[in-house]
Amino acid sequence: MKYAYYPGCSSHSTASDMHESATAVARALGIDLVEIEGWSCCGATAAHQTDRVLAASLPAANMLLAKQMGLDTVVTCAACYNRMKVTNHEVYSSPAIQARVADALGQPYDGSVAVRHIVEVLLGDVGLEKLRQSFTHSLRGLKVASYYGCLLVRPHAVTNFDDAENPTILDRLVDAMGGESIDWPGKVDCCGGGLNLTRTDVVVKLSGSIIDMAKESGADCIVVACPMCQASLDLRQKDMQKQSGRRYNMPIVYITQLLGLCLGIPQKELGLNRLMVAPTAVLQSLGAKA
Amino acid sequence: MAIKINKAPKGTGLKPVVEKMSGVNLDACYQCRKCSAGCPVAGPAKSAPSEIIRRLHLGAGDELLENGLVWMCLSCETCYGRCPMEINFAAVIDALRSLSLKKGSKTPKGNMPLFNRMFLANVRIFGRSYDLSMIAGYKLGSGSFLDDTEKFPAMLKKGKMALLPPSGADKKIVKRIFDRAKQGQGKKK
Repeated sequence: MKYAYYPGCSSHSTASDMHESATAVARALGIDLVEIEGWSCCGATAAHQTDRVLAASLPAANMLLAKQMGLDTVVTCAACYNRMKVTNHEVYSSPAIQARVADALGQPYDGSVAVRHIVEVLLGDVGLEKLRQSFTHSLRGLKVASYYGCLLVRPHAVTNFDDAENPTILDRLVDAMGGESIDWPGKVDCCGGGLNLTRTDVVVKLSGSIIDMAKESGADCIVVACPMCQASLDLRQKDMQKQSGRRYNMPIVYITQLLGLCLGIPQKELGLNRLMVAPTAVLQSLGAKA
Repeated sequence: MAIKINKAPKGTGLKPVVEKMSGVNLDACYQCRKCSAGCPVAGPAKSAPSEIIRRLHLGAGDELLENGLVWMCLSCETCYGRCPMEINFAAVIDALRSLSLKKGSKTPKGNMPLFNRMFLANVRIFGRSYDLSMIAGYKLGSGSFLDDTEKFPAMLKKGKMALLPPSGADKKIVKRIFDRAKQGQGKKK
């Protein structure tokens, strides 16, 4: 299993822990992630709020590099994943956009590079059976709320990620690890991430209500697959406390960190020390596989 | 929400240009309001997706570019996901944002255009996002120095924010893309 790996800008900042844990898990499972040489920013929200050609050309430049490698692209960041998929759709469906992207890049891009999120590869290409066989540790009944957010599932016609309103990829991985994926209503709600610096009050309110729902549904922790969701939920719990007067102490972990623990990878290689809310409940649940 | 019109608007308003820019047929909307029911920021924005569409139907002009939702929309796409007519409202909002920037419309509390400018300026220089510089630029521009400052020491210590600028990107292609996109903005869309 060999893929062109696009880490995205957050892999060197807010999501260094996701990058660390994803690459460690890939190594342990024999997945070859070849980092795309010279990769650049996908443009994120800032580009698509500014200009349609800019928004399509920045991801296209990276997919063109992946195309030259002859490999499918694997992405860890949900925002990069979304921008790349939307770009493929736009380039593929609009000859006008395709022409303007070709002009911006100086060479044509046809929208044909397959883009996949790391969890799609883990579930689809590795598969639950091989994962179960590879686990050395178990989450022993840890109650986990799987949180997907927006960027993986919407627009669903374009991302085609699992199910639009009730995705279960993360839940299935949690159950395979011996945890208990709980039923809760916040799976595909928005954390408010796009307003993180500009309207922090809105982010605190939306993210706070997601943690409230998970808590009321009995969750010991929330598992995520998106750096923006992780930052909003993990970094702002003190702000939530200030805004609502309620106490918040909910660990927000990446799915790749949980998988790493169950594969027996040392905590330090999974970036668990980088989390703002210590994942105490997670570590307490961890035991050797029966 | 009642929409009051004082007089018949001149011409067709923004609707044709928004439809052209977004590729969306707004006439398909029959105001079922599923979009607005699911919108996470309809409250704080004091507006909603179905209202924007109705205003465009009724001939809204540049005043619509100052509507709270234009810059508060999170692009979560819940509206698009639930629309029975598959109207891509996120694309409509992006078109309104582009028009707002072009026409220099007023922006509501929380300066998203400034944030976007700072983000893209760093991408243009380094080929990748440089959070520390982007945040400093936004804080300087918006005068919000003291917000969140207590978080930076922990983020730096935990390696959740890089001190040094990013390296390794193909800066040449990134610069070319920015230059070409800018040239395109001058042309008729």
